[in-house]
Amino acid sequence: MRLKYVLNEVLVGLWRNVTMTVAMIITMSVSLTMLGASVLLYLQVDQMKDYYYGNIEVSIFLRSDVTEAQRQAVDQAISSNPLVAERTYETREEALKRFQELWKDSPEFVKAVGPNSLPESFRVKLKDPEQYKTFADQIKGLQGIQDVIDQRTLLEKVFNIFNAIQVGALVVAGVMALAALLLVGNTIQVAAYSKRREVAVMKLVGASNWFIQAPFVLEAVVAGLIGAILGFVALFVSKVVLFDHKLQALTNILTPIDNGNVWLMLPVLAGVGAVVSAVTAWITLRFYLKV
Amino acid sequence: MIQLENVTKTYPKASRPSLDDVSVGIEKGEFVFFIGPSGSGKSTIIKLLLHEVAPTQGKVMVNAKDVTSIRSWKIPHFRRSIGCVFQDFRLLPNRTAYENVAFALEVIGKTKAVSRRVVPEVLELVGLGGKEHRYPHELSGGEQQRVAVARAFVNRPLILLADEPTGNLDPDTSIEIMRLLDRINRTGTTVVMVTHDSNIVNQMRRRVIEIESGRIVRDQARGVYG
Repeated sequence: MRLKYVLNEVLVGLWRNVTMTVAMIITMSVSLTMLGASVLLYLQVDQMKDYYYGNIEVSIFLRSDVTEAQRQAVDQAISSNPLVAERTYETREEALKRFQELWKDSPEFVKAVGPNSLPESFRVKLKDPEQYKTFADQIKGLQGIQDVIDQRTLLEKVFNIFNAIQVGALVVAGVMALAALLLVGNTIQVAAYSKRREVAVMKLVGASNWFIQAPFVLEAVVAGLIGAILGFVALFVSKVVLFDHKLQALTNILTPIDNGNVWLMLPVLAGVGAVVSAVTAWITLRFYLKV
Repeated sequence: MIQLENVTKTYPKASRPSLDDVSVGIEKGEFVFFIGPSGSGKSTIIKLLLHEVAPTQGKVMVNAKDVTSIRSWKIPHFRRSIGCVFQDFRLLPNRTAYENVAFALEVIGKTKAVSRRVVPEVLELVGLGGKEHRYPHELSGGEQQRVAVARAFVNRPLILLADEPTGNLDPDTSIEIMRLLDRINRTGTTVVMVTHDSNIVNQMRRRVIEIESGRIVRDQARGVYG
């Protein structure tokens, strides 16, 4: 009977103030969508880092006037370096061929580049890509080296953009969460006011605190859960529409988004939505119910 | 049953205490009137007994328990042993007489089966047999107060506190309510009533404790309003 009473009170409470309930659910769902997007992006960037950093190379370009002895010295130094996992050598001709293949759509541009404009190079894969700095410092001093370039610094720029988007989504999530919390607080205040007589009688006859508070807290939790489900649906739909259809080309660069990760957002968003609503409602009741 | 020991209660921002070093003992089964002018501190005693406020100094014992030492989460349970009636009845307007009484039982965890058995019985006891399904606005003031008494008594409390229960009623109705409280007292329930209705005090001839400016100025068995 008590469970039935509490559930009934929750439904009546949500319906009594339905515009506020809707506002609460909408802000909650927008906030949780942003939170979900941010978490997904974080997981995605992590996965991409693993993927790209595994294939990353350090290029050691040689000077155009490099001597045979210098080339051999560099080769020797690279081969004997304990940080190196794998090394390949690329001649000027091979570099040109690769360049022509890469830019075959712009023949004018290719023509302008002569066989001697591209430097010869060593391509090195490191055992641990994080060790780039140490490796570069050890090799840079050798004669005949033009430049040492780490692909990692290029990738880092890309990841910085992702990080900025992620932070942006988190900020929006935070601002919307604040609005959602204020709405939860307000809804609970209104509910507590409209039930002040019942609450007064319950306190008088000695109803336990949890019994008095539960309908209010559950009201906020139900709204939080509905918001979380809507937020998850929004997230899932945008994943399907954006990445599986409209921006499919991008998935060649971005590693594909794992559906499992998207599904993982449902319990995450539901948990966050429910807990945050419950805590807000409970704190509000401390001030307005004084049980 | 009730023991106040050197109780002083000063509300925040108040210039003088509402109760000033009050000591009084009430035995089980007694019927006691607290009388005195408005603002003398009578109602503060009720609030102390319910632990709605804590004493600034001194000890409040109810049912051999030190009220001030009860943990806050146990206070609801403590209040189940005390029934309360007020001047303004405090009934729920959207519930019938039966539902008002049943509500008090069901929010403390009693089943519907229990209230179906107990509520008609207690409504009969307070003289509302046949009016179970009336709403408060369909009842007279005296009848509403009977519902309130039924609600306070339905859980068979050890103590019944009544804060000016006849304040809103005409003299004849007041007498009827007093008869009802007297009947409840005869079941062994301790009744503590705050009032300034001299008529009633003079008719009942019960113990009278008079308070003035927070101090007990008279404590008289079978007293009159004075």
